[in-house]
Amino acid sequence: MKKTKQLFVGATLTAFGLQTAQADYALNLMQGVTKVSNDIYDLHMLILWICVFIGIAVFGTMFYSIYHHRKSKGHKAANFHENTTVEIIWTIIPTLILIGMAIPATKAMIELDDVQESEMSIKVTGKQWYWDYEYLDSGVHFESHLDAASEKAHRVDSIDPHTVPHYLLNVDNPLVVPVGKKIRFVFTAADVIHSWWVPDLGWKKDANPGFINEAWTQVDKPGVYRGQCTELCGRDHGFMPIVVIAMEQPDYDKWVQTTLAKQNEKPDLSDQSREQLMANGAAVYLKNCVSCHQIDGNGAAGAFPALRGSAKVTAGIDPLIGFLQAGTSRMPSFAKLKDNELAAVITYIRNAPELGNKVGDEIQPKAITPVYDDDDK
Amino acid sequence: MSAVIAEHGHDDHHDDHAHGPEKGWLRWIITTNHKDIGTLYLLFALAMFFVGGAMAMIIRAELFEPGMQFVNPQFFNSMTTMHALVMVFGAVMPAFVGLANWMIPMMIGAPDMALPRMNNMSFWMLVAGVLLLASTLFMEGGAPAGGWTLYPPLVLQTGKALPFAIFSVHLLGISSIMGAINIIATILNMRAPAMTLMKMPLFVWTWLITGFLLIAIMPVFAGAVTMLLTDKFFHTSFFDAAGGGDPVLYQHIFWFFGHPEVYVMILPTFGVASTIIPVFARKPLFGYSSMVYATASIAFLSFIVWAHHMFTVGLPISGELYFMYATMLIAIPTGVKVFNWTATMWKGAMTFETPMLFSIAFVVLFTLGGFTGLMMSVAPVDFQYHDTYFIVAHFHYTLVPASVFILMAAGYYWLPKWTGHMYNEKIGQLHFWLSAISVNVLFFPQHFLGLAGMPRRIPDYAIQFADWNMVSSIGGFIFGVSQLLFLWIVIDTIKGGTGEKVTDEVWEDAHKHGLEWTLPSPPPYHTFTTPPTVIPCDHD
Repeated sequence: MKKTKQLFVGATLTAFGLQTAQADYALNLMQGVTKVSNDIYDLHMLILWICVFIGIAVFGTMFYSIYHHRKSKGHKAANFHENTTVEIIWTIIPTLILIGMAIPATKAMIELDDVQESEMSIKVTGKQWYWDYEYLDSGVHFESHLDAASEKAHRVDSIDPHTVPHYLLNVDNPLVVPVGKKIRFVFTAADVIHSWWVPDLGWKKDANPGFINEAWTQVDKPGVYRGQCTELCGRDHGFMPIVVIAMEQPDYDKWVQTTLAKQNEKPDLSDQSREQLMANGAAVYLKNCVSCHQIDGNGAAGAFPALRGSAKVTAGIDPLIGFLQAGTSRMPSFAKLKDNELAAVITYIRNAPELGNKVGDEIQPKAITPVYDDDDK
Repeated sequence: MSAVIAEHGHDDHHDDHAHGPEKGWLRWIITTNHKDIGTLYLLFALAMFFVGGAMAMIIRAELFEPGMQFVNPQFFNSMTTMHALVMVFGAVMPAFVGLANWMIPMMIGAPDMALPRMNNMSFWMLVAGVLLLASTLFMEGGAPAGGWTLYPPLVLQTGKALPFAIFSVHLLGISSIMGAINIIATILNMRAPAMTLMKMPLFVWTWLITGFLLIAIMPVFAGAVTMLLTDKFFHTSFFDAAGGGDPVLYQHIFWFFGHPEVYVMILPTFGVASTIIPVFARKPLFGYSSMVYATASIAFLSFIVWAHHMFTVGLPISGELYFMYATMLIAIPTGVKVFNWTATMWKGAMTFETPMLFSIAFVVLFTLGGFTGLMMSVAPVDFQYHDTYFIVAHFHYTLVPASVFILMAAGYYWLPKWTGHMYNEKIGQLHFWLSAISVNVLFFPQHFLGLAGMPRRIPDYAIQFADWNMVSSIGGFIFGVSQLLFLWIVIDTIKGGTGEKVTDEVWEDAHKHGLEWTLPSPPPYHTFTTPPTVIPCDHD
């Protein structure tokens, strides 16, 4: 019932060309929270109204004609087929309107493009299928994946997406920025082209593998702003959202400190119970493996091999560790995983009932041998 | 040559059998007759319209509700990719080539197309290309899923299908180029002596210009996909930064093809609209010569605006501004066309048979698509619109209620001429109203979705996009089912229609507007064996 009512309200508002303020029922572009996004919004509204005005004039004329100049009303056809004056007029007027549009558009474009005098820089790397953020000044560096609740909900039929908060628009590690500072972003990608878009910031920018793009923002209002990848980047293109949290400078400073501290923490390599290993392994799997190998371990025929019943998974542990750390031409290296994460995920893929494997062993973090050593670890 | 003429003279005295169609099914394989080939093109396009439409139904079914219900994300991506390729290369382009085949000789007073054997070859190469493309659906790793633009590096992740898809693009390209050469050669060489260039019907003019566009762009696309092929299999690095290449280079090449390509689908649309509207307004087309010049200007501009598809790719500011200004210019000749159609209706004596209804809907809804096009020409604002459902709404408005509606209009307009039978006007109007309403229910809400932040090409979406997606899907299903009415009408009309025998001119005073209406309905197998001397020309 509520839905029907909402639909009715939406349709009515559309009919009158009004905007609705309902957050979950947007009809129009959002104004956003930066000066640029507001300028872009104003430009959007200006052109929209120009179009509405021209539309009323042209369609008005046409429908007047359709109503009055019909044979059934006995209207006799005129025979004119040229009029140089009106033809010149309707060439010149649109030209003038276009010039009128081009001036503010040029200003906005130049403003959007000007990354100079930024106060901090964040490097954004698009990867299949998550974002990697590196704060070039403070050294904060983390990955931002779709949150576990959404990840499960879109993969498991029995979970209703409506029950998931911010379904598909929530991440495990949001990008945190201070308000009131000009932030320069540099974009690149590791595999295919991605595009980073947060509508509230007013723009998107492509992340091209092997190249660097720049953009900037200055958020004036603290808050949580959500967006998504907007360049088709493969299977899970729809599942790599962006969350930006803008906070006051002191809060931001505190966040940097705690994040850095956590980042530099040595992983806990003490022995874990089997249940712990399996639970941690499931979380690591959901974040890192599920996109290709799928939640049931069946992979995708012709693209991604199945883990279910795979000899590579269920045979010796050491080759498996080496395989995960080195990667292959088709699978990226997972040397970024810490020993406790590797131990957990290996235990998990060898024993998870949902993947159909049951070797019956476990591996502890200390037993992970550095087959392929990564400097970052 | 002299032998042919002698034989011709001989036949006139005896019987026409040597000049009739081949008996049996072989007729449709080996035919070199422009009407037969036109029919083949049109029926093939209609079939592909339903194939591509079925894919659209899968897309809209998956997007009916949030969550993944019917297909996996990879197959979804294959569907969006194949839907676009099939609709562009299998349905809309061949349909216009089919119209060109049928109508251009009849409109310019020619007996047939200039290059009839090549005509047959270009049709069958199209079939081969589309079948090859469709076969990729059954290959290991699935059909291409990187979008119809085939951007690297993503498209290089395609499974076994990649080389087949690329080869099918080559075949489709060769087919289009041959079709274009044939049309240009026909128009420039086969006109009746009295048919001067500036007396040609607008449909012929728009196809002449479209033919040159095709010859210019199809080799570019073939080159781009060949570079994909060598990058994948022969270790070149045209588009791979690791070897000194650049993935964005592909986008420049693709859109140098791609932007004129979308005009290949809209210019003949303009031509048909300019042909139909005057007949039902019972008035000459307003501003004939400005229509011709506007078409030529749009075609020229189409070559110098390609990077407006790439505003967010990281262009230098000078590039952003140049492509923004150049793109905005397109609004001027396009505006002239819309104003001219409106002025053609003004003070006419209009009737509203199905072809006219579809044509009026085209003018209105194409203009809506033009408005959103103008909005996204403004580069900074496109940083918001780009790759969202706003774009999806825009180009579907310029393709479905524009090109497809005009193809429907053309079908209703010329079917009586082609078959000699009248279609069922009641069902035609029902088809129109169902289509015109549902197409807006389908695509209008997509503007809201895009502005609210829904990216295109996603198989699943956040909850706030749920309601409009559901509305859009409902519109889509109604639109899809409504098209079966058109199929029914085509079959029914071929089989006899209303049973009413149509006159030569079918529509009141149509003979004043085009040569095709001076021929019998249906027209003889060879159109004009002697060039007509009186050219209907309502603009001088």
